[in-house]
Amino acid sequence: MTTPTTQTTHVRPNYMLIWLYLFVMTIAEVLLAFELPVSQNLKLVLLLFLAIWKAMLVALFFMHLKFERWRLRLIFIVPLPLAIILVTTVIMEKVF
Amino acid sequence: MTHATQIVDQMRPPAPAEPGSGVYSNKLGMWVFLASDVMFFTALIGSYIVLRFGMGSAWARPGAVLNVPLTGLNTFLLICSSVSMVKAYAAIADGKKYFLRKIPGKTLQDGGLKFWLLVTIICGAGFVGVQLFEYIKLVGHGFTPTGYREGSLLAEHALADPVKYGAGVAGMYGSTFFTMTGFHGFHVTCGVISMLYLYFTKVLPEKYSPQDYRGIEVIGLYWHFVDLVWIILFTIVYLI
Repeated sequence: MTTPTTQTTHVRPNYMLIWLYLFVMTIAEVLLAFELPVSQNLKLVLLLFLAIWKAMLVALFFMHLKFERWRLRLIFIVPLPLAIILVTTVIMEKVF
Repeated sequence: MTHATQIVDQMRPPAPAEPGSGVYSNKLGMWVFLASDVMFFTALIGSYIVLRFGMGSAWARPGAVLNVPLTGLNTFLLICSSVSMVKAYAAIADGKKYFLRKIPGKTLQDGGLKFWLLVTIICGAGFVGVQLFEYIKLVGHGFTPTGYREGSLLAEHALADPVKYGAGVAGMYGSTFFTMTGFHGFHVTCGVISMLYLYFTKVLPEKYSPQDYRGIEVIGLYWHFVDLVWIILFTIVYLI
């Protein structure tokens, strides 16, 4: 049985604008990977930056994480440092 | 701004919250599942990163084996499905249970929950279809989870240009590629099946209302997560 509690409302984001951002960034990624004369290291950094930015847009606006309470955000955020630790540990094992 | 517009622009929770967690239990359960799925995909992506960069320049060049324009189109399809999913969520929050409705004075019809969820299902099924097509083509050209099949077109290319095609690590390339994209494709397939189930059992019989549309929000969270994972996979597997 659910108990109604006080709930907040938020202004709805412009979903079509976010879709446009994602579309433009995807084209930018493909152009960056195959067309633009950029050094490999810079290309790697820029591609990862664009991918993370796109993922953030989806999480914040489509999944409404921007409007959720912190206790719910934490469920999603906590695995991320654990993921970084996992990858770093495996890389360290490979390196040493 | 009129009062009616103000109501339309508001985002309201789809169901009353449970005391304590602050959200209803279905949503909390989905978030916990997604957190575990983050770790699952991290293990796959992490292993790929370690193998890929541990091999230095031995890996096949981007676009040498994989069809990037086709996958770029597939990425676009999944992004479109994500926006149509969130439009379905917004439609039912506003009480629009219908398929399409004519708006006086406007050329385009207004889409409701039935329309936007159907668009999402079609785009999702399209993604799976294109991925299957890509797999069939790749296997046909000789790219398998164990590497380049002997006597195949890709094996010949790899012999002629071993650096471009990463001939030395083809087995590792094939196994990591098919494992990561395969598991993601499995997630997309599960999402499409779940949405089809909701469409026929809840959406068409109009069981959702602006007061309770938990199923739409929960499947929406899952669907956006699948999109989010693909955004990362597309960059790491196809572009780098």
